[in-house]
Amino acid sequence: MTDLWPWVAIAIGALVTYFWRALGVALAGRLSPEGRLIDWVTCVAYALLAGLIARMVLLPVGPLAEAPLLARLAAMVAGVVGYIVTGRNLLLGVLTGAAALAGLAVLHGVS
Amino acid sequence: MIDPAQSHPDRPTATASPHAGAPSPVSRRRALQRGVRDGFGAPALLLFASYLGFGSLVHSSDLSLFAGLFSTISTFALPGQIVVIELYATGATLTVIAIAVALTNVRLLPMTLSMVPHLGRVARWKLYAIAHLIAVTGWVQALGMFGRLPVAERLPYFTGFAGLLIVATLIGTTIGFLLADAVPTAVSLALVFVNPLYFALVLSRNLTVRTHAWAMALGALLGPWLHLASPDWGLLATGLVAGTAGFLIGQNRRQPRND
Repeated sequence: MTDLWPWVAIAIGALVTYFWRALGVALAGRLSPEGRLIDWVTCVAYALLAGLIARMVLLPVGPLAEAPLLARLAAMVAGVVGYIVTGRNLLLGVLTGAAALAGLAVLHGVS
Repeated sequence: MIDPAQSHPDRPTATASPHAGAPSPVSRRRALQRGVRDGFGAPALLLFASYLGFGSLVHSSDLSLFAGLFSTISTFALPGQIVVIELYATGATLTVIAIAVALTNVRLLPMTLSMVPHLGRVARWKLYAIAHLIAVTGWVQALGMFGRLPVAERLPYFTGFAGLLIVATLIGTTIGFLLADAVPTAVSLALVFVNPLYFALVLSRNLTVRTHAWAMALGALLGPWLHLASPDWGLLATGLVAGTAGFLIGQNRRQPRND
């Protein structure tokens, strides 16, 4: 059963995700995509994601914990700077930050 | 190579005869190919890179490659996929996972609402089928391109574009998963780090909307604390509390308008 558990979790996540898309098709033309309800719901989604990102960087669950907190924060800053310097190029921003984390991890003794 | 269907781009699609005004298969195939071509390059590369991170995350959470591929093809919306894997890794219950994914991916509802009317008269089942391909990259591209495409070519164009993206995400998931084991630890850390960094940068584009900016700032502040208070419900509470507070603060600070 333990082997099945992640599959069930993923399947439920997929069904919930598709539900919103299907509801969008069903309600298209009848519900405005710019109403206050939609705006609130979008705010909740953004807050949840921002909270998850902060938790992943500050309190990582997996292997990221091997890199020190300072390295994770510095790499985040490096990514944002790289993104802005390259004229808001997502790919180069992500590359800069990821490379910074790898470099800082090596300096910290992670091989 | 003049295509008869293209000579009437603004022709209404609702006609007496089901065949009158229907696009030729040639123009539809070309629109599909054009979608694939437009996806090839920056959009596919970017999604590939972000799914490298997802594949590594799947590996570091002790899940199988097939579980990762199943997640990518069945969900095809990265934030929700990461929420599932992260919550799984922290041992959350199925109820918590379902609610958290619902709150994360509810943005697909307004995205679908705003995209479907542009597709014209299309069989319902086709709409329900391509709805599965709606995610942020394809949606942005679609709304940007649809104005330049005849109505009948929009669905095949989007299908080609998003279809290529889903292939790119599957390859990204696979390579990310395999790399996690093959590269030095420092590089695999960098791969996992792609997830939070990528989303931080994508979300930063919404900082111009006041309500969204407040919601994200409060969410980032509250998230870690509420996680410490309750690893199970912390993420949900963060979304609801910070999202609602951001919505209210942002609304109140909005310039008065004659709505």
